[in-house]
Amino acid sequence: MTAWLLLLPACAILAAGFLYPVWLLARISLNRTTDLGAMEEALTLETFAKVAGDDFTWELAQNTAVLAASSAFLATALALPVALLIRAANPRWRGLLSLMAVAPLLISGTARVVGWMAILGDRGLINAALAGLGLTADPIRLINNWTGVRIGLTESLMPYACLVLIAGLGRLDARLEEAAATLGATRARTFLRITLPLAMPALLAAFLLCFVLGVSAFVTPRLMGGGRVFVVATEIFDLALETVDWPAAAAMAMLLLGALFAAMILRALLGRRTA
Amino acid sequence: MRPGWFLRLAACAGYALLLAPALVVAVISFSAGDFLTFPPPGFSTRWYAALLSNATLMEALRNSALLALIVAAIALLAGAPAAYAIARLRFPGREAIAGFLAAPLLLPSLVLGLALLLALQPLKLAATWPGLVLAHAMLAVPFAVRIMTTAFAAVPRDLEEAAWTLGATRFRAALHVTLPLAAPGAVAAGALCFLVSFDETVISLFLVGPRLSTLPVEMFRYAENRTDPLVAALAMALILVALAVVLLVERLVGFSRALGRE
Repeated sequence: MTAWLLLLPACAILAAGFLYPVWLLARISLNRTTDLGAMEEALTLETFAKVAGDDFTWELAQNTAVLAASSAFLATALALPVALLIRAANPRWRGLLSLMAVAPLLISGTARVVGWMAILGDRGLINAALAGLGLTADPIRLINNWTGVRIGLTESLMPYACLVLIAGLGRLDARLEEAAATLGATRARTFLRITLPLAMPALLAAFLLCFVLGVSAFVTPRLMGGGRVFVVATEIFDLALETVDWPAAAAMAMLLLGALFAAMILRALLGRRTA
Repeated sequence: MRPGWFLRLAACAGYALLLAPALVVAVISFSAGDFLTFPPPGFSTRWYAALLSNATLMEALRNSALLALIVAAIALLAGAPAAYAIARLRFPGREAIAGFLAAPLLLPSLVLGLALLLALQPLKLAATWPGLVLAHAMLAVPFAVRIMTTAFAAVPRDLEEAAWTLGATRFRAALHVTLPLAAPGAVAAGALCFLVSFDETVISLFLVGPRLSTLPVEMFRYAENRTDPLVAALAMALILVALAVVLLVERLVGFSRALGRE
């Protein structure tokens, strides 16, 4: 009795701000849009059929999957040396090194995008360096396209990959690597034959987390893409606020959720097999 | 095993990528130029002055700070009792409730934002204070519950039981014994909830209107349409607020202690 009284305020906030809206989202995805663009109460899969039957949707889905997978792979690959360094560092430095790896989480995505604009833009750091070295006559385009989005997204996913890898690698037994070295293995061989296989479950977990976060990322694709890059997230936003086709936006969001839950189940299954 | 030079080099590249944007933002916010040119043509504080005299952005800053304070207070007031129940009391469905109270963290904020728009717009609550407070509180409550649960669980049960033996009611013991001992956790939870609300961009983008907007939303829109160093100065302001909150918590309670780890 006391317990339920204590739980009531928090549960009420979540019921009103989370359960009801998400239920409404599912419900509205079953409505239909009339030819005039108005929403009509219905209980139909028409909107899903319309969204799933549109070639543009599949192009978006493919763009999103490729972007999320490549950024998640890069983020995991770049986070691995960071996590390995933190694991090998002496305890005095470990705290600071870990903090530096996850510090970007405290900085809003928009702020980091502004930084990337100044690095990758036509008058940015990289183009200034290339022009200064006389390597390029005209600036190379690094923002407002997929390259920029991929770089920005990789960076925004890296702290998450670092968190997973720091936790995962901390549990590996360093004596196995020392044994390999003692037995005459080179550093490269020790890494490939001992460290990498042992780290694989953590790497997989980091990749899947980054993939899930990358699929639903909105700020980076929108700003770094300069309105020229279209992914599922930007399309849902435009459907909701610019086209104002709520059933279509809701249906696409439901499809996105379905894909994310499939990825999470996959992660759980993989986790069970490796455990 | 000591890290080899290749690992050090690769890790440096990783750190460079992680920290480059924040460092560049810091430098370029002092630019004297008109664009996001790097390196800047000269240094000045003109963009900070421009920021202070920009009425729209300053109003958005006030809104964001007030909103974050209200949200942190609500999340703590609602989250702490729930966390106490989860950490201390036995009741059927405890695991399920704990899962439910963490559920919003599982969904992308884009989907949450859309769902809130669909729910609040017909009720005429979109772009209003109650609507934004509800949306941000929903997002902050899971953080408050999680941190406070850890904090309450770290307080030895014996102390509370000793208070009962000495004649204190359960309520009195919880309020005067367990809660003060969990206070560092509450400070950390409040600070984190403040930041969650203060930095929230995507959900707010769905819910703001011409009459009520928040700082991250205005920054997003500014970055979408224009590229001058004002937006870097604004980004620095947000970074400084986050840093101030983190340092405050560190000063008051120490971060690792606040998060329940010794």
